[in-house]
Amino acid sequence: MNLKIVCITILILMSCIDGNRKHEKRVVGNDIVKEKATDLDSIALEIYNFASFEKLLNKKDDKIYVINFWATWCAPCVKELPHFEKLNKNYKGSNVEVILVSLDFPHLYESKLKPYIKKKDLKSRVIALDDPDMNSWIPKISKDWSGSIPATVIYKNDIRKFFEKSFSYDELEKEVKQFLK
Amino acid sequence: MKNLIKLTLAVAIVVFISAFTLNKTEANNGYGIGDIAEDFSLKNIDGKMVSMSDYKDAKGFIIAFTCNTCPFAVKYEDRIIQLNNKYASKGYPVIAIMPNDPNKKPGNDFAAMKKRAKNKGFTFPYLMDTNQNVFPKFGATKTPHMFVLQKTKKGNVVEYIGAVDDNYKDASAVKTKYVENAVNALLKGDKVKESETKAIGCSIK
Repeated sequence: MNLKIVCITILILMSCIDGNRKHEKRVVGNDIVKEKATDLDSIALEIYNFASFEKLLNKKDDKIYVINFWATWCAPCVKELPHFEKLNKNYKGSNVEVILVSLDFPHLYESKLKPYIKKKDLKSRVIALDDPDMNSWIPKISKDWSGSIPATVIYKNDIRKFFEKSFSYDELEKEVKQFLK
Repeated sequence: MKNLIKLTLAVAIVVFISAFTLNKTEANNGYGIGDIAEDFSLKNIDGKMVSMSDYKDAKGFIIAFTCNTCPFAVKYEDRIIQLNNKYASKGYPVIAIMPNDPNKKPGNDFAAMKKRAKNKGFTFPYLMDTNQNVFPKFGATKTPHMFVLQKTKKGNVVEYIGAVDDNYKDASAVKTKYVENAVNALLKGDKVKESETKAIGCSIK
């Protein structure tokens, strides 16, 4: 019982210290925050609803599109993102375009998504899909998609494949190579 | 000529069957609409085991696969509480199940579940799928993932699978409340009109 009280007291104290620290940062860093904001403005984020995004899913220009659905809060998505970046880099000259479609919440574009794009220096095209009526568009991407992410579409003209899974780089490259044949 | 027709027919049958089997292996192996859901016995945050058969007076269940950490699940917590407040007394209580392995998805261990339920004032059981063998039977792939079951003489029949409603962002902008519509229809003795919907969620790990 005594131990419990001690533990709780320590926890409360710790959370107080943490709170104070955060507060300090905010006060001291006022100017820095402003600077960062202008910095993030340089990241132009394309925001789509499904109607406008659908065009990107149905291009017929002989290019191979690798479209990955992800979000900064999705751990397995963030884990596989470097593989898509690597693919984008290695196959840029082979008519392959990687599009990273973020499903982050719109109110977090400025505080989470843009800082993430900047921090990771993402080179692939990143767009944000903001369309809350998900049941209206998920089946249009694939009837097999239950809605969990990560998910990826690879297509070239009329041939397309859908994956509701995480990729290693080798698996991803293997799938893309089938389209290059 | 006759042989050619026979051959074409044979090829067509083979193609048809292989297409069918392919589809089958790719599809989710969980329950479909009309299937009978097997009962479970899972540990609640109060330490007691909970099964559907404990609810003698229930007419059915609203099963919510949810967790502490998925932003979509968090967005829907208040709405899941409201579902229980509205429908438990009418015979459709909510049973929430946390399907993730807390080692793979930190923040979802038993202590964290207890804390979350207390902070949010959950009015329903919050069970842990400790051996992770219940969510695959349902075919739940993400959080939140909702199932409405109707109790019948044959067992608990799956009548709805999918999202809570059509707007995760803003509860006040919701146009269609899928789960409520399903339960309302069942309470009236009607068929559920929209029995399957899709929504983005966090994959269960």
